[in-house]
Amino acid sequence: MSGVSTATVEDLTEATAPKRFWNRQRRLGAGLVVIGLIAAVIFGSVADSATARFTLSEDAEGAALSINGQFGAILFGIVTIAAGAALLAGVAKRWQTTLLTLGIVTFVFSFLCWQVAGKFLPLVDTASGSLELALPLILGALAGVLCERSGVVNVAIEGQFLMGAFGAALVGTLATSVWAGLISAVVGGVIIASLLAVLAIRFLVDQVVVGIVLNLLALGVTGFLYERLMQPDAMKYNSPPRLPEWRIPGLADIPVVGPVLFETNLLVWLALALVVVIHLALTRTRWGLRTRAVGEHPTAADTVGIRVRGLRYMNVLLGGVVAGAGGAYFTLVSTGAFNKNMTAGAGFIALAALIFGRWTPFGALGAALFFGFAQKLANYLSAVGSPVPNQFLNMLPYLATIIAVAGLVGRVRAPAADGVPYVKS
Amino acid sequence: MTTEAPEAPKAPAKKEEKEESFFGLFLHNLWSANTVTVTILSIFLALVIGAVLIVVSDSAVLSTFSYFTARPSDALNASWDLISRAYADLFKGAIFDPAAVQAWFSGTGDWKTALNPLSETLTYAAPLVFTGLSVALAFRGGLFNIGAQGQAVIGCVTAGVAGFAIGLPAGLHLIVALAAGLIGGALWGFVPGLLKARTGAHEVITTIMLNYTATLFLGWLILQNGVQDPDRTDAVSKTIESTAALPGLPAPLRVHLGIVLAVLATAGVAWLINRSSFGFELRAVGVNPPAARTAGMSVARTYIMLMVVAGGLAGLGGAVQVLGTADRLTGQVAGNIGFDGLLVALLGRNKPWGTLFAAILYGGLRAGGNLMQVDVGVSLELVTVLQALIVIFIAAPALVKSIFQLRDARTARLGTSMAKGW
Repeated sequence: MSGVSTATVEDLTEATAPKRFWNRQRRLGAGLVVIGLIAAVIFGSVADSATARFTLSEDAEGAALSINGQFGAILFGIVTIAAGAALLAGVAKRWQTTLLTLGIVTFVFSFLCWQVAGKFLPLVDTASGSLELALPLILGALAGVLCERSGVVNVAIEGQFLMGAFGAALVGTLATSVWAGLISAVVGGVIIASLLAVLAIRFLVDQVVVGIVLNLLALGVTGFLYERLMQPDAMKYNSPPRLPEWRIPGLADIPVVGPVLFETNLLVWLALALVVVIHLALTRTRWGLRTRAVGEHPTAADTVGIRVRGLRYMNVLLGGVVAGAGGAYFTLVSTGAFNKNMTAGAGFIALAALIFGRWTPFGALGAALFFGFAQKLANYLSAVGSPVPNQFLNMLPYLATIIAVAGLVGRVRAPAADGVPYVKS
Repeated sequence: MTTEAPEAPKAPAKKEEKEESFFGLFLHNLWSANTVTVTILSIFLALVIGAVLIVVSDSAVLSTFSYFTARPSDALNASWDLISRAYADLFKGAIFDPAAVQAWFSGTGDWKTALNPLSETLTYAAPLVFTGLSVALAFRGGLFNIGAQGQAVIGCVTAGVAGFAIGLPAGLHLIVALAAGLIGGALWGFVPGLLKARTGAHEVITTIMLNYTATLFLGWLILQNGVQDPDRTDAVSKTIESTAALPGLPAPLRVHLGIVLAVLATAGVAWLINRSSFGFELRAVGVNPPAARTAGMSVARTYIMLMVVAGGLAGLGGAVQVLGTADRLTGQVAGNIGFDGLLVALLGRNKPWGTLFAAILYGGLRAGGNLMQVDVGVSLELVTVLQALIVIFIAAPALVKSIFQLRDARTARLGTSMAKGW
């Protein structure tokens, strides 16, 4: 209620008040200039004046893009400043996103030039690693999109991941089949999702509360069964087969893109396909229209004959399917065995990706890739012994999300009825 | 606040009361969906599901089920034996072990051994009281403080650093360390409060994100020079000075002053909510922010103050954890006390004294779970399952009501706390 009223008041003041000088574009521009200065001055002065090699392969060999580290850090920093200055000067609004993206990307480049100076960064390995780390985040965030666009808050992505990972490891080992593992991962996700659906939709329990408690329940149940079954006899219960990597001949030979996208496991293709499918379904199909209607204004949707609760049940369960498949990543792709609390907050990064991506499939994909890249970079930097602590890079998804919801970079708005149970009156 | 609304329908019900005997009335109310009955039945249901998990995960007992139709008594006896031993351990580890108490009275045993279970229960309960109060207080003001975990982590950090980095006389040092925990948590609570008040950023989102930020910060800090234990290579900080430790009972007993502070804090929060003018404001804001604004209260200021106080309480919880039992910072020093505090607050129905009892119950489950793990080999994780299940049933009273076919309660209002989404 209150949210609605304050929003309208703000909109009114924004419409009638004379144009403030420090509007959003200028604030963004000022921010870019500041980080550009940091990049050019600090990164530039600290960076070694040695060649930074970005190899187009998985190791130090082969063709490479080379640049002097110090020169690159300063150069890209100056480009960031220029992008910020353009925003400050007040360019046309259609350039805003482009300039913002340019500024952030060149800032990252400047940072990389500093870090890689005198060393090398394998681009293919970085790209495929980022994609792999982003994989569960994409699937988790898509599960969130399905739930939350229909008006059910899903904080239980972490729990769905854990149950999925556990189910995949247990059944995959018992059946010695990776496909059985994948299916039971989906079942694991659906179990948590059905609890979420029943408690949130039928029993009207606060959805954030249910989500948090279900996370703890999944943590407890999987941890309990892990200690009782898997720890004593890992061979019998906890050595699932790995998801095979497939190579598409021809396409996989394209430099850089080929090995990243066309020499990988099924789950990656599934995730990328789902992004497109869910986007099209949400915007182009009857189901999508109904889902959005139920998420924004359930009473109106009900008036025109949409079964609000039925649709929400369906979407939450579909979300469970997707998140459960995301859980399979942890045991069938990443490590090859279940471990207690192995997801370690990935479900919450997926939630962050969902919010940062503004509750849309492609936004979630972009946010997940960005967070995956941040994680991969953190791993790389700690491997090469960088002075930048990897914990701070790992904070990036969380801090970026806080900045996004605080409205510092554009307005992030949840579906209007997200988290509000529907009671037919 | 909670009793005023249902006052009206009470009047017609009074006529029936006269016709029933006291005992009949008692029985009638016993099987209705009131707070006490639902709580007890929730715990019972959780224990039943826990028992199923114990049996299902035990291969020895499970093998007796393979010939269940031929000789069912084997399977039933084995299951019953396992379950009763596990739950008996839960009781013995949490409250008292009859054998140890008997030994104490007959002079062969030690009073410390007899009191150890209670000591363990209170030790585990102390930090949970603080984090539980933090969540409960914020709830009453209409905010969902999932950030108790992060605030407790920061409280651990500031209290721990104050505990080993500065030298002060005993007593004063303890007070400074506790204050450091309080301030650290309060600062970590201030951020989402400010964001909520100024930009409308939902506190659930910001506090979830701040939880992980706090944990990562702790992970970074304990590896730094001056913080990390110089004799160790792993992520462990220096030990806090004995002058900063919370004083406790003699050696094997671990219970410390923290539980006394927790009771004082409970009383303080109860006074704050029910008697102070700030408490009145926060309840008004919690029930209806636009109405509170119309009445001349500053909703933004209340939100900020509320999150600062809630953060301070959670930070104190972290401080009690470090100064009472942990003695040094590790990556997992705060354990799960923030999220457990959330469950405790929900079980205590967001009332201060209810939260205290819920924390003691959870502390008891934890203490008993330790004995259960050692003695019967049932993993401690079962306790997490029980804790989560209890709260699920508490949060969905309609579920419990339909399972046990309870009558409608006359007065108790069992509606769950507000669902308001992002």
